[in-house]
Amino acid sequence: MSTPLVVDHEAMLEPVPQPVVRQTAPAKSPLLIEDVTVAYHHRPVLWNIDYQAPCGKLIAIIGPNGSGKTTLIKAILDLVPRAAGQVLIFGEPYGQQRHRVGYVPQRTSVDWDFPVSALDVVAMGMYRKIGWLRPVSRKYRDAAKQALDRVGMVDFASRQISQLSGGQQQRVFLARALVQNADLYFMDEPFAGVDAATERAIVDILRQLRESGKTVIVVHHDLQTVHEYFDEVVLLNMRLIATGPTADVFTPDNLRKTYGGKLALLDQLGEKMAQPRSR
Amino acid sequence: MSASSLLAVDSLWELFSRAISLRDYNTRVVLAGTTMLGISGGLVGTFLVLRKRALAADVVSHAALPGIAVAFLLAERLAPGSGRSTGVLLLGAFVSGLLGMAMTLAIRRWTRIKEDAALAIVLGLFFGLGMALFTVVQRTKTGNAAGLSHFIFGKTASLVAADVWLIGGISVVVALLCCGVFKEFSLLCFDEEFAAARGYRTTFLDGLLTLLAVTVTLIGLQSVGLLLVVALLLIPPTAARFWSNDLKVMSGLAAVIGGASCAVGVVLSASFPRLAAGPVIVLTGSGLFVVSLVFGKERGLWPRWRSQRQFEQRIGRSDLLRACYELLEPILGPDQTTQDSLTKSEIDEFELSAMRQWPSGRFHGLVSMAVGEGLLSSTSTDGYRLTWRGAEEARDAVRRHRLWEIYLLTQTDLDPRLVDRGADGIEHVLDPQQLAELERQLATQLPQGIPPSPHPIAGAVN
Repeated sequence: MSTPLVVDHEAMLEPVPQPVVRQTAPAKSPLLIEDVTVAYHHRPVLWNIDYQAPCGKLIAIIGPNGSGKTTLIKAILDLVPRAAGQVLIFGEPYGQQRHRVGYVPQRTSVDWDFPVSALDVVAMGMYRKIGWLRPVSRKYRDAAKQALDRVGMVDFASRQISQLSGGQQQRVFLARALVQNADLYFMDEPFAGVDAATERAIVDILRQLRESGKTVIVVHHDLQTVHEYFDEVVLLNMRLIATGPTADVFTPDNLRKTYGGKLALLDQLGEKMAQPRSR
Repeated sequence: MSASSLLAVDSLWELFSRAISLRDYNTRVVLAGTTMLGISGGLVGTFLVLRKRALAADVVSHAALPGIAVAFLLAERLAPGSGRSTGVLLLGAFVSGLLGMAMTLAIRRWTRIKEDAALAIVLGLFFGLGMALFTVVQRTKTGNAAGLSHFIFGKTASLVAADVWLIGGISVVVALLCCGVFKEFSLLCFDEEFAAARGYRTTFLDGLLTLLAVTVTLIGLQSVGLLLVVALLLIPPTAARFWSNDLKVMSGLAAVIGGASCAVGVVLSASFPRLAAGPVIVLTGSGLFVVSLVFGKERGLWPRWRSQRQFEQRIGRSDLLRACYELLEPILGPDQTTQDSLTKSEIDEFELSAMRQWPSGRFHGLVSMAVGEGLLSSTSTDGYRLTWRGAEEARDAVRRHRLWEIYLLTQTDLDPRLVDRGADGIEHVLDPQQLAELERQLATQLPQGIPPSPHPIAGAVN
């Protein structure tokens, strides 16, 4: 707040050349991926990914099994090391923008037989904010309850998580991300194995988020619903096949490129590079 | 009875009462310190078990052995007589315990050997090395008397006040640390990846948890012994899990169970000098574990069995009442099944049993339960009659069943012959709210009261 005053003051003493403000579009983009490559055990799983996400859209990442969808999200969130390339969230590295990013991992990535309630899980989304050595106070519990209410789960707040259905567990995970009130969300297969009621609840939430100007990037499996749910698609199969508005990009031709056998050469190369290790 | 045995009993009682009444300063200190050890073991163990790292603690305790032997030999060489110092021995244990831990991590990371094998390899290697070094220690002049074997089997009686202050003090620090990072540990154990995405350094948290577990293991060596110390970390939380689904309650209970086991162990071992504390502590813990396994409120075998049985009884009861109703329905006429007329009609036992395929033992059990609960009353002619309350419940059960059947028929494409079976499962768990919703949805298609069955009723046809 005080910076403009100082600049004004100095300008009065001695006129200095106007500082060049680089107000370029990429700096504002919620997500900018530049030439990212990821390798597991020397075997590349993502090659040279370049992508710039538009603001305030629902974006689906689509591709066959093993195409690196989850890996891409993990690479963005610094959960797996990148072999090359950089990622900027609202113009800065993820480490400086964590508070603006919400993450919903795959439901199956955790053991649901853990002795905590739905409310406890949602509160985990605020542990950073609460800080070390402090218990979860009333204020934060209320915030967690509100988030549960948004996903229609407030009646289950004190229920132990193993006693929830798969869809309910997914909604608890969603609430844990919502409670952060982030600007950019990553969701890894939120629709996988959920009931119809949950699917509707999640879609409603996605639309609410978009209306309030948030950007949501979703790993999605069900090709049937892409047109209905998402504004943008990212077609991925180890490399980027196509990106852009759903209407333009989600075409039979592009899908064939994503799911078809046209990338056999890339596969072979990948296998070859992996071979010396497996021996 | 001879005088000498009387004397023995007398002195045993004397020892026991001394231990119980804490007249002895040393016993008092040992009791307090070891109880504190049990408490911190329960706390740290909770997270260790939830993180599925339980076996790692066993490796650390076994890996400590060569460190203890080397520390003793080195200390004796450098300054004869200093080898028995608890501090020196614990330092040696700490170094080689950590070395063992690091080696398992390295094997897992850089080879394709799986974790369980890696743990077993390191455990065997270090324990073997430790035993070999111990034979060297036994041959030294002071080695035999150094009491190093207490590290293997544990003996609280051998502890002196100064050792216990050290053990108790470290335990307090460990317990406080554990409570301080409770949130973070629980997040780490539940969802490591989310923790990392939120900016927690999970390797640091993991390292801290391992360090705390290693610390408890090592300070527990002298009282419980390295063979059993792992039980101090594992038994209390596993037992506590049967009682609660809440992490806070579970960890608190684990601390209590750990502390209680240690207290009992110390008192008994002080009363019976030949009884080693370690086994008593572990046996007490195991006893509490068995009690929890059977009676634990949340996951114990007995409460589970009971609630399962209650559920089955509830289903059986409503099936029986529905059978009574459906048996009387064609006799009375479809619109005449009021509560009043139901109670006035006699039900033949044989006809009732033919309504459903009940195993005969089950049928008689249900009937006598219904009679016992005042839903049915026996008549003089070996038949039954619904009581007022029984008739009311029967009407409710039938209504629930048929509403659900009609719902399934109208809203899904189920084969009508399968609907009866489908309804059987669900109707028992419909609550009043859902029932009202069903009625609302079906309102246009329903007559008042109990709708007629949408399919012929099996037993009643004949």
